[in-house]
Amino acid sequence: MNFWGFNISETRSINYDTNDKDMLIHVLQEVPSCKLCIECGGCTAGCTAGRLTSFNIRKLQMFMKRGENKEIREELHKCMLCGKCILVCPRGVDTRKMILSMMKYIKNNQK
Amino acid sequence: MYYDNFVLPFTIGLITLLVYLCVRYYKWIRSFPKIDRIKIRRGLFSRKTLVSIKEIFMESLLHHKIFKTNPVLGYMHMTFAFGWFLLIIFGKIESMVYHTSAFNPPYFAIFFRYFHPAKETFPGSETFAFIMDLILSFLLLGILLAVIKRFYSKMFGMKRTTKQRPYDLLVLTVLWLIFPARFIAESFSSGINGGGSFLTHSAGEFFATFLPLRNLSYGAWWTYSSLLGLFFLLLPFSRYMHIPTEIVYIFLKNWGVEQRKQYNGFSEIQTNACSRCGICINTCQLNNSCDIKDTQPVYFLRRLRNHEDFSVQSENCLLCGRCEAACPVGINLNAIRLSTRPDLTRVTKETYAYIKPKAQAETPAKVAYFAGCMSHLTPGIIRSMQEIFDKAKVNYTFIDEEEGVCCGRPQAICGNWKAAKVLMDRNQERIESSGAEILVTSCPICYKTFKEDYTLKIKIMHHTEYIDMLLQEGKLPLHKNDLKTVFHNPCELGRGCGVVDAPNHVLEQVSQRIPTRYDGKNSLCCGGSLANTVIDSQQKTKISTDTVKAYSAYQPDVIVTACPLCKKTLGKTSTSVPVKDIAEIVAAS
Ligand code: SF4
Ligand code: SF4
Ligand code: SF4
Ligand code: SF4
Repeated sequence: MNFWGFNISETRSINYDTNDKDMLIHVLQEVPSCKLCIECGGCTAGCTAGRLTSFNIRKLQMFMKRGENKEIREELHKCMLCGKCILVCPRGVDTRKMILSMMKYIKNNQK
Repeated sequence: MYYDNFVLPFTIGLITLLVYLCVRYYKWIRSFPKIDRIKIRRGLFSRKTLVSIKEIFMESLLHHKIFKTNPVLGYMHMTFAFGWFLLIIFGKIESMVYHTSAFNPPYFAIFFRYFHPAKETFPGSETFAFIMDLILSFLLLGILLAVIKRFYSKMFGMKRTTKQRPYDLLVLTVLWLIFPARFIAESFSSGINGGGSFLTHSAGEFFATFLPLRNLSYGAWWTYSSLLGLFFLLLPFSRYMHIPTEIVYIFLKNWGVEQRKQYNGFSEIQTNACSRCGICINTCQLNNSCDIKDTQPVYFLRRLRNHEDFSVQSENCLLCGRCEAACPVGINLNAIRLSTRPDLTRVTKETYAYIKPKAQAETPAKVAYFAGCMSHLTPGIIRSMQEIFDKAKVNYTFIDEEEGVCCGRPQAICGNWKAAKVLMDRNQERIESSGAEILVTSCPICYKTFKEDYTLKIKIMHHTEYIDMLLQEGKLPLHKNDLKTVFHNPCELGRGCGVVDAPNHVLEQVSQRIPTRYDGKNSLCCGGSLANTVIDSQQKTKISTDTVKAYSAYQPDVIVTACPLCKKTLGKTSTSVPVKDIAEIVAAS
């Protein structure tokens, strides 16, 4: 019940035992360079889709690593696959391939 | 009636082959989309058919394009194809002259030396015997070359010869044995009855000195006929299916049938038209720089044909088009590769709903400038284009200055056509609402898709073409300087869209352009292509390093390209020579 007109944030505790790491395992196998990410956010800063809407590829990668895939399923289709993020990344993460690999996972594991 | 049981294997083989081919081609053609079948009907009785016949003569028989790439290889292919063709034609004429009738069974000409009693002469019999021997000796020489090629492929200017399956090796052996078998059969007959000319006659006399020819000759003819029959039966399931299929492909291509987005019967025909000449192996930078040796069209198409798993090979390709430009059969290699990439997207109302249309421009500008996503990472290109527009006093509007939308091609080259289509439609609306007459883009990737996949009714130009036009119209003040430049033509621009002359003109007018062997459609890929999702960043860097090395060898002051992605990719690895976009060179001059 929301009596006060503002929300209380959901709890941000991460339960590593119950979260779903399946997508992460799949993606890391196909795109090992994901391990190199330092979460600098360069990919998001240059993102074509991110300029038009709230879409944050750095966050989606982070969610995947935490095993929280719900938001990925809801958001991923906003990416245009333009590839700008690969060129920006200072760590050589193949972000575009990571996105494709996530897409493939989602397609093959339709709920 | 001339008949003997030994002609049976040949005749049965030939008939089976012909029936099989007719059924197969009919099935494939029936699977074409309607529009392509209409094109066939229209093209059938037009000049295009004559053009096709000429092309078949030049390519399927003379192998003129392979000749241009590699003369020894060309000679080898030519002796086989043209030699066999001549043997059949002259054999047929000879048999008709002898028999004074056009109607004799097909085997009669093939086994003429068996049926024709040598002592009986007819008009020109000596000449015919000489010609037939001459052609046969050419063929035998060709086989010799082929055998040598198998063992020493270096001599043919090729790093490697195509790897074969055991089945293909069997068929290859049968093919190689056919002409030696003919030679033996004819010499044996000549040794017994006389006849033949310099080759078979002399050989016959020689064999007669130590072999019991009377016992062997009949068996030799059986062998010859059986080898022919066996070859015909094996042909449809071997690489030699390319012989009839290439002919069919040339007709269909000239009648206007196109490789579309789907993999269909036309793709199958092209897949089967590949002669496995192996030319595409040596043009591929994945082979030369990364030592990847299973993805080049020759192997990829073979996987398609043999229904082996091709999912990795389908994605492991830069779509640079270097192989397509070199392929002597002219197969649409990029389009076929793309047609095998699965669509991973599911399009709903929500897809890209966040892209809002732009308001209609009140006073439309003449030119709409679309920089492209990648250009926003190379602000130098955008700045230069703005300078050029200002210098030439062009009234322009910048479509994707803020909040640009991707052109859709990056989705499309992953096979995601459905999502790509949504992006394309959104973008097209935005471009159209600008009301401009010319669309200028800085990115060859956008340029290609604007031209091929959008339905824009305005003129579409890449900035190289646009600058060239401004220079020709004298709208841009020019200062030629002493800068030594080489031009790296981006894959999507040169091979992809055929823009070759414009950038060269421009560079020649503003700098000292050094010609290279990689000019125009021979350019190298920068390695940054979005089309390849298999190789990793180290491999991309390797390709890019090799490309930079190749262009730097001409000792330019600057490597000039015309694509933001190429500029970024090459710029990362080129440490000693700067990499610039052609717009930057023009703006600075
Ligand atoms: S730019 Fe690269 S390192 Fe930085 S957050 Fe994105 S993927 Fe990670
Ligand atoms: S590929 Fe997707 S995530 Fe990367 S910059 Fe383009 S829109 Fe953003
Ligand atoms: S694809 Fe073309 S170049 Fe490659 S082997 Fe086949 S015919 Fe030769
Ligand atoms: S398109 Fe380029 S990368 Fe792909 S096979 Fe051909 S030459 Fe190799």
